[in-house]
Amino acid sequence: MTSGTGSWLLAALLLVPLVGAAVVTALRGNDHTAKLAALAFSVVEFALAIASWVNFKPDGARLQQAFSFDWIPAFGVHISFAVDGIALVMIAVIGLLVPLVIGAGWADKLPEGRTKGGFFGLILLEQALTVGVFAATDVFLFYVLFEIMLIPMYFLIGSYGGARRQYAAVKFFLYSFLGGLIMLASVIGCYVMAGDELGKGTFDWATLVRVVHDAPLGTQIWLFLGFFIAFAVKAPLVPLHTWLPDATAEAPIGVAVLLVGILDKVGTFGFLRYLLPMFPAASKELAPLVLVLAVIGVIYGSLLATGQRDMKRFLAYVSIAHFGFIALGIFAFSSQSLTGSVTYMINHSIATGMLILVVGMVISRGGSTRVADYGGMAKLTPVLAAMLLIAGLSSMSLPGTNSFISEFLVLIGSFPNAPVYTIIATVGMVLAALYVLWLYQRIMQGPVRGDALIGAGGGPGTAIAPELGAKKAIADLNTREKAVLAPLLLLIVALGLFPKPVLDVVTPTVNATMCEAQLVDPVQSAEERPQCQ
Amino acid sequence: MSVISSVLLLAQEQAPLPVPSDTKVQAPSLGAVWPVLIVLGAACLGVLLEALLPRHLRWSTQVVLSLLAVVGAGIALVAYVSDAPAAGELAMKGTLAIDRPGLFLWGTLLALALGAVLLIADRSVEPGGAFVASAAIRPGTLQDRAQVTSTGMQTEVFPLTLFALGGMMTFCVANDLLTMFVALEVLSLPLYLMCGLARRRRLLSQESAVKYFLLGAFASAFFLYGVALLYGYAGSVRLSDISSAAAGTDRSDTLLFAGMGLLVIGLLFKASVGPFHTWTPDVYQGAPTPVTAFMAACTKVAAFGGILRVLQVAFESTQWEWRGVLWGVAIVSMVIGAVLGLTQTDVKRMIAYSSVAHAGFLLIGSIALTEKGLSGTLFYLLTYGFTTLAAFGVISLVRDSSGEATHLSQWAGLAKRSPLLAGVFTFLLLALAGIPLTSGFVGKFVVFEAAIADGMAPLVVVALIASAVAAFFYLRVIVLMYFSEPAADGPTVTVPGAFTTAAITLGVLVTLLLGLAPAFALDWAGSGAFAIH
Repeated sequence: MTSGTGSWLLAALLLVPLVGAAVVTALRGNDHTAKLAALAFSVVEFALAIASWVNFKPDGARLQQAFSFDWIPAFGVHISFAVDGIALVMIAVIGLLVPLVIGAGWADKLPEGRTKGGFFGLILLEQALTVGVFAATDVFLFYVLFEIMLIPMYFLIGSYGGARRQYAAVKFFLYSFLGGLIMLASVIGCYVMAGDELGKGTFDWATLVRVVHDAPLGTQIWLFLGFFIAFAVKAPLVPLHTWLPDATAEAPIGVAVLLVGILDKVGTFGFLRYLLPMFPAASKELAPLVLVLAVIGVIYGSLLATGQRDMKRFLAYVSIAHFGFIALGIFAFSSQSLTGSVTYMINHSIATGMLILVVGMVISRGGSTRVADYGGMAKLTPVLAAMLLIAGLSSMSLPGTNSFISEFLVLIGSFPNAPVYTIIATVGMVLAALYVLWLYQRIMQGPVRGDALIGAGGGPGTAIAPELGAKKAIADLNTREKAVLAPLLLLIVALGLFPKPVLDVVTPTVNATMCEAQLVDPVQSAEERPQCQ
Repeated sequence: MSVISSVLLLAQEQAPLPVPSDTKVQAPSLGAVWPVLIVLGAACLGVLLEALLPRHLRWSTQVVLSLLAVVGAGIALVAYVSDAPAAGELAMKGTLAIDRPGLFLWGTLLALALGAVLLIADRSVEPGGAFVASAAIRPGTLQDRAQVTSTGMQTEVFPLTLFALGGMMTFCVANDLLTMFVALEVLSLPLYLMCGLARRRRLLSQESAVKYFLLGAFASAFFLYGVALLYGYAGSVRLSDISSAAAGTDRSDTLLFAGMGLLVIGLLFKASVGPFHTWTPDVYQGAPTPVTAFMAACTKVAAFGGILRVLQVAFESTQWEWRGVLWGVAIVSMVIGAVLGLTQTDVKRMIAYSSVAHAGFLLIGSIALTEKGLSGTLFYLLTYGFTTLAAFGVISLVRDSSGEATHLSQWAGLAKRSPLLAGVFTFLLLALAGIPLTSGFVGKFVVFEAAIADGMAPLVVVALIASAVAAFFYLRVIVLMYFSEPAADGPTVTVPGAFTTAAITLGVLVTLLLGLAPAFALDWAGSGAFAIH
């Protein structure tokens, strides 16, 4: 049963990339046609995401654009989808990133025997599944999509990745699969509880929230931990993060964008959608645990990012630090910190997505991922250098960029409830400046040097005069690459100066989550607080 | 047959029939046992045909006879089910209890046997079929070398298959322990023989047959000793009498639990539950692959059918005494299967260890003595049987000059040679791993749901972790097929004939169908409980 334009839009959002995946895979015999088809489908999907955003009423119902079908009546399983403000913006971010990823991978060489059609087909399939994960309102369906979305990603890393791609793909899969299975135990636990309480088990998210949220603390803690481990692997929180550097390092650049920009967000999205509303008491009880892991993530990720010699692993550790901030904001339980975390999820996708794409452009020119193989590149490619600097500054949350707003909200929102953790996390901001600027300096500034830029004859660190030029032909950004980066650049500045459109959509959902989680904002006075139903 | 019937009569004398007023035991109801009669009758006819027909006609006649027998039994079953009493009824003077779970198991066995007979009958993959032309010739002699080129086969395989199938069907519905023992032997003896009939690697095949026979004889002795002790305890071998004796007497518990322990060991051996699994890898590897498929799918169904009936009917009232032990057995089985599976280098041995792990999962469902435990285990058996059958069908297609190429290193890069085969096998492996949208996931889900509802959450957590470990070795094969370079002198993929194609297609379609729309099969599996008379 469906109702209204919104439902049709959401159904289309799910089906268009799915159909696209089939079409593009079928066209894999001809690279050029396949590429054009993939781009067309992803642009249509983005347009649908915009339409869905326009259709969404921020002050309307908690879940909108809903539709639902029976799937397995014996277990009360439905195929039901709907979006709230957080899911909506995440789906929009997916819609934005996928065409850019396709554009960025347009001219990349693939391993022998692989086709563009196969590659972009898997990317579109992954897009359909991630949209489904964010929009699922049946917990069983959510679990199914949560596990299924590993499979295209497994093949994307394993078939199209770097030298150690087999290892990275299997490690990625096993970490996530194990996390997912532990979550399955909790999902079944919730279902059994609902069966005891209502007489018939259900997986409907809203019903489960009602049934489970006032369960005894002991039960809640077990169920919480099942979900939490799955999400903490995804988001990655230290110590469950070790798959991410390997996966990011071996994945093709576009896939790394999807991995860090979208897939990992499922973890933090899960914190907000599942952990807080379903297990409010356990969330409060275990918040210190999560906060400790979050702060360790911030500091540890920042320190390891600073020390990385490999650019792609650098990106992974930057993300681990950022996910620490997001988790801090979520488990600091104030409306500012939660809003900060949600906007952080979006801004991280934009800023880190751009950073990964720019680094990919550096790597595609030099043919090496080692930082030491580069130096003084700004003299050869000034526009690329500027792009790296802007993406980096946004990653370190410089005021005026989009990330500043979210990081600032997280920190000031977290302080009243978790002052010690917040103060330690602030050190992460300082470290961010260190790792971003130092990376920029090593790659872009000084005399032109490094194997990647002047050929094997010079050896790393050998300086040559810039007027001699590089021995290899290192060109600046071409039009396609500029077109790929332009939307992200625009958003970094626009959302940095005017974040209101995002905040408007997100805030009602955050308030609803606060109510469901029975949280009381520490700063707001009684009149300011939103009324819970 | 005369031996069987005299033992059946003996069972009658030992177990004087109580005639409850509300059951239908008065008239011997043949309608209920037609499926078994058809299968065993066809088996006897097959033996006669072996003696009477000229050699060149035997294969075609036996294939037609076996297929007709299985299909005919299926039709008889369907005809009976439509007007069968919901509570079940007794047949053959109370020695057989034809009830809903029994009928479900019959249907499962017949459907799986259809696939297995098709695999056994195939002569396109290996010229002349997977079976030796004349088993009496000693391996390695001159005559043996001469018969390699012969395209004949030992057609006694077909009646042996039907005898084994008849034994399995009787085993699932046996209402007293002596009938069960006779059925156990009727199903085992043909299997021992069939294991030794491989055309290639005859010594390995014969070794497996001897090993299976010796260990099987031990297990039968255990079973029989257990029956004797239980008879001493209850004064009857009838399951319901044992149940009522155990429910309220001051008789010696030692007899009861010693008897039960020995009995269950015999059953666990047949179901290849660890630590009673030691025969499984050797026999699975040595036996001709179609026979392995038959054993892996059908024996597992029959053995767990017996375990379910014995535990639910005879020992339900004493479950708190023995349940802890079977918890331990289930954990040991899952751990052995998952961990030892990791170290295997032969694909048939790997699937054998996977079957040990699956036996552990099935045991979890079997010791949840609830309606859901019963229906979940029955459903799991259905899904597992079809997936394994198809998997062995696929394994039989990958060959080099010396026969099947079962060493894992030979499977490297298979996806490049034969994308279809690699795709099908990947799907089956994902089903064995329990990935959503395959039947394997739904099976795991229903079993684990029943276990959690029955208070076995810790066991389920162990099972989920074991699933994740087991997923690693399935993934390893996928990695080999897709991400590795093929060896220069690697095996070829035989294009299968109609029989093998039909069997694999059947298995794959059922695996997919029960993954996407399992509702109807879940309804069948849950349509009734064991009849207790």
